[in-house]
Amino acid sequence: MFKGDFIQNLPKIYGTYTGGFLVFIILMAIAEQAGVSAKNIGVMFVAFTVLIYALIGYLSRTIQVDAYYVAGRQVPTVFNGMATAADWMSGASFVALAGGVYYGGYTYMAFLVGWTGGYVLVATLMAPYLRKFGCYTVPDFIGTRYGGNLVRACSVFVLFIASFTYVTAQINATGTIASRALGIPFEAGVWVGLISILICSMLGGMRAVTWTQVAQYIVLIVAYLIPVFWISNKVGGGVFPHLMLGDEVARLGELEQQFGLVKNSAADMKAAGVPGGLKYISGTHSGVPEGGMAVWKYLSLAICMMVGTASLPHILMRYFTTPTVRAARKSVAWSLFFIFLLYSSAPMLATLSKLALMDPNLPTGIIGKSISEVQSIEWVQRWSEVKQVFIADFNGDGILQLNEWFMRGDVVVLATPEVAGLPFVISGLVFAGGMAAAMSTADGLVLAISNALSHDIYYKIIDPKADTAKRLLVARVLLVLIGAAGAYIASFRLTSILGSVAWAFDFAMSGLFFPLVLGVWWKRATRAGAIAGIVTGILSGLFYLLWVYPKFSVPIFGGVNEPFLGIDHLRFGLIGAPICLVVMVVVSLMTKEPSPATQKMVDDTRIPTGKAILGKQH
Amino acid sequence: MSNKDAYWNKTKNHMIVTLVLWAFFSLVIFMFGSELNTMSFLGYPLAYYMTAQGSLLAFVIILFWTANKQEKIDEEHGFSEREDD
Repeated sequence: MFKGDFIQNLPKIYGTYTGGFLVFIILMAIAEQAGVSAKNIGVMFVAFTVLIYALIGYLSRTIQVDAYYVAGRQVPTVFNGMATAADWMSGASFVALAGGVYYGGYTYMAFLVGWTGGYVLVATLMAPYLRKFGCYTVPDFIGTRYGGNLVRACSVFVLFIASFTYVTAQINATGTIASRALGIPFEAGVWVGLISILICSMLGGMRAVTWTQVAQYIVLIVAYLIPVFWISNKVGGGVFPHLMLGDEVARLGELEQQFGLVKNSAADMKAAGVPGGLKYISGTHSGVPEGGMAVWKYLSLAICMMVGTASLPHILMRYFTTPTVRAARKSVAWSLFFIFLLYSSAPMLATLSKLALMDPNLPTGIIGKSISEVQSIEWVQRWSEVKQVFIADFNGDGILQLNEWFMRGDVVVLATPEVAGLPFVISGLVFAGGMAAAMSTADGLVLAISNALSHDIYYKIIDPKADTAKRLLVARVLLVLIGAAGAYIASFRLTSILGSVAWAFDFAMSGLFFPLVLGVWWKRATRAGAIAGIVTGILSGLFYLLWVYPKFSVPIFGGVNEPFLGIDHLRFGLIGAPICLVVMVVVSLMTKEPSPATQKMVDDTRIPTGKAILGKQH
Repeated sequence: MSNKDAYWNKTKNHMIVTLVLWAFFSLVIFMFGSELNTMSFLGYPLAYYMTAQGSLLAFVIILFWTANKQEKIDEEHGFSEREDD
């Protein structure tokens, strides 16, 4: 059927795959008409897609080191863009982003700018140079550029903290979706999710993860965009919602005026028994909060997310897989294009979802109706049962007010198709998309951690004489251990999904951003400077997090501390990264400049042509 | 000045231009969020539009532009890679 090698046939293969997936959706729609239950459709969606990923993972198995670590450096630009987009867009992006915009409005959308703007930093400061360097992992660059095992180990430590924080949240999300779609308990869902993740990555390392991520991107983007366009047309939002929701945004402003934005007191909510994690609308949809502090809050969050993006190892390592330096640069642009397709749709989904619930002129509107009427709606009953929505009649008038309707943020993505009256096949599709998003990110993260441990700690430091078979065996054993540890911690449900995701960015930014940037852009940066910078950066960031986050500060410091200059627990990278920079520069200038050999290495890194610093096999 | 140094100077200047554009769309415009929101674009309040879509689109355009420009700099100085991707 296909002539030529695998890489040349990629467009055909993934074209066929996409067509097959669309046919599967149509078959499911027919099955729904034929009377297959909603639950079984959800199960089939998740099972079918996960089986496909597992098959790709199996077919991509390898026994070569450079295929395992960097996919043989032959991933074409556009496909690497898709894989990076899937690697990037986590379960949180897919499931929680629209909900965040729904409740947080303008202020929350600093995340959107932060999670996209960071790619400009990746493309200009990092990706092409790291690709030229020829490293297998991010610590591989730091360890070779600055020289020595200590600096290598320090960077592995930062990578571990940042990526592990992130991976528990992803396995958590995988577990949540698997448990809802398959109707099993959360704890079991976590382990089902983990096994799916490991099947995709264990046999083929980066090569397998790359090709499953491309497949996962296709599923997740189809699953996000179909509902957005369909709902928009259904509620009269326009054929192309991204350009046509201006009137709807204005209408939401009117409705907010009409219903009033009331703040509930904590005591009232407690008395009414509102379940944890559920929120109500108390801020404006498109208004901008006034004042210098509000501006600073927005900018500081955007800065942390952007700089964090440019320091996250599981993202940077995707650009090690392109054939050339030039392809690495272009690939960053394609990555952001594919990310943009989803991120620009999230605010539109939030707008449509809010309008569908708030506008009394629409058949789906519930605010302002009688509570008994709302409680008899089928989707309200279903989501109330699992404590995802809640009604509290504070003023006792029997009419649902805006501040009396509580809902979990995730529901915006998971239930809006149902609310707008779309067939259940769309909800099944959304489950498959959420699963794809959470799995693809978890894959990338688990691989980033286990590769750093197997290549940088085991091979480079402990046993440099190990042969290929032994190296790959160690890499795989570590992969399973890291995944299992992540799943074990995730099964305790320690934090909400988004809280800990933001922390990963702050950790990465505190300990890795400046050592990476200065490694390329400042020849004078020395080993002692890098070690001092990494250690002080990550420790000061960590200390500040413990100090500022009430759940930590109360047991450790015996009280709640007021954030310094508004830098709260989501923004602690603003403490760590500047300390890292100052210490690194001062210590570098105090120590002897790097050897001529190191300086030549930096010179060679800056030029796209010529041999890589590290050989094809190292 | 050697060819390598000239190349690196150009690359550095290009990096600075790119980062200025980046800072404009990611930071500067949001310093004036409440002022911008009194204007409108496609019927959306402007600051809302920029954070929901406009700046994101600007980043995508900046990235394609900057990669193409850098390729030209590579070519001028003979550091262009073989066409093999």
